[in-house]
Amino acid sequence: MIENLKYIILVLAIMLALVLIAAGLIWLERRMLALWQDRYGPNRVGPFGTFQVVADMIKIFFKEDWIPRFADKKVFVVAPAIVMITILMSFAIVPFSPSIGVVDLNIGLLFFLAMSSLGAYSVVLAGWASNNKYSLLGAMRGSAQMISYEVFMGLSLMGVVILTGSFNMRDIVLAQKDTWFVIPQFVGFIIFFIAGIAEAHRLPFDIPEAESELVAGYHSEYSGMKFGMFFVGEYLGITLISALITTLFFGGWLGFRLLPPIVWFLAKMFGFILVFILLRASLPRLRYDQLMSLGWKVLLPLSLLNILVTGAFVLYFNKH
Amino acid sequence: MFSNLRSIWIVFLHMFHKRETVLYPEEKAHLPPRWRGRIVLTRDSEGEERCVGCYLCAAACPVDCISLQATEDEEGRRYPEFFRINFSRCIFCGFCEEACPTDAIQLIPDFEMGEYHRQNLVYEKEDLLISGQGKVQGYNFYKVAGIDAGVKRKGEGANENKPVDIKKLMP
Repeated sequence: MIENLKYIILVLAIMLALVLIAAGLIWLERRMLALWQDRYGPNRVGPFGTFQVVADMIKIFFKEDWIPRFADKKVFVVAPAIVMITILMSFAIVPFSPSIGVVDLNIGLLFFLAMSSLGAYSVVLAGWASNNKYSLLGAMRGSAQMISYEVFMGLSLMGVVILTGSFNMRDIVLAQKDTWFVIPQFVGFIIFFIAGIAEAHRLPFDIPEAESELVAGYHSEYSGMKFGMFFVGEYLGITLISALITTLFFGGWLGFRLLPPIVWFLAKMFGFILVFILLRASLPRLRYDQLMSLGWKVLLPLSLLNILVTGAFVLYFNKH
Repeated sequence: MFSNLRSIWIVFLHMFHKRETVLYPEEKAHLPPRWRGRIVLTRDSEGEERCVGCYLCAAACPVDCISLQATEDEEGRRYPEFFRINFSRCIFCGFCEEACPTDAIQLIPDFEMGEYHRQNLVYEKEDLLISGQGKVQGYNFYKVAGIDAGVKRKGEGANENKPVDIKKLMP
């Protein structure tokens, strides 16, 4: 009983922490973008403007939550929930430290891939239900983008799985005790990073959103907290991809004895979050046919080649 | 590919550059002396109102934000009975300043006129009138004007000859 209660509290604490981190990223992103554009960013509310998050939250909670009359009401309401649910579910398999983590699934990585594919439904359904041409275009681009990156996203991780011999995230972290997988799996890392940007709909690949061409893409018609869910969902997505890159390629919680494991994990994760923001600050958006041709013609063969070479090496060295 | 990485690096280096932002309420941008901001009515070198109520500013104003009513005092000097500028309409074009024949109406480098109520942006004569001479020092319209309005007697103005005494006018 006490064990169960402890577990539930742990799960709730992880969820709360993740949502708070995602909300904090709103401030962090605005501040960092400003820094890279020679501005200050929000620096008025509270110390260094950190309470800007609170102001933003109050604003978004009290905005009118309006459903357009022409929209498909049920799907319209469900769509933003899907993105939050799938991303928060994906976090279940992330081992934050040896003792912190929700579940220890033996198919952890597959679970993540399944959840990330489900997340695409949120984009498609939101665009479809909005009954708006821009939203529909965004949703269509979202689905086109998804079928081009999901394939090599899964394949790029297979190198890691081959090296570990397991889908379990904890096993993957422990297998990196000597060398982080970024060294033997550098190609896999690059491919997964690119796929991760596309998965999180971040700037070089924010094609479904494309605020400069499609108003706001699939969430043009959303307002209030429904929009807020998409908004926080995007930041949760960045956090998730950064956490996974950390776990799969940069040794998760492993680090020197100096600091506790959770600090190592968070430090690496925030490093990647900053890289995501830097990419947004510096790169222009691709056309979606460019992303598709890059995915199918370059990255898919490359990831297949990566699996082939990794498999051959493992087979060769395990014989001796 | 290389150029992409290079641009990412260059953007990253901007972290250490100087900020472009002027942190407004604490530090203020320099406003040049001819900056067109809040409109004032100036006084002449004797401390009297310069405005003669000619309506040229109201006529020049493209948004019709100036309204006034001219009147005369007992010595024949014209002045505005009321002078009203609606700053919620004003576009700070400075045409009124150009149109003014007596340099009474002038634009000064001040833009901090925020109000909570729109009606408070309607400035009356007592709000507009300042005690100084503004940009044009030492100018007094009635000293150079042809009419006598109690400022100078006939023939005592600047650039003005004494009136000719027709009784002594000999060929």
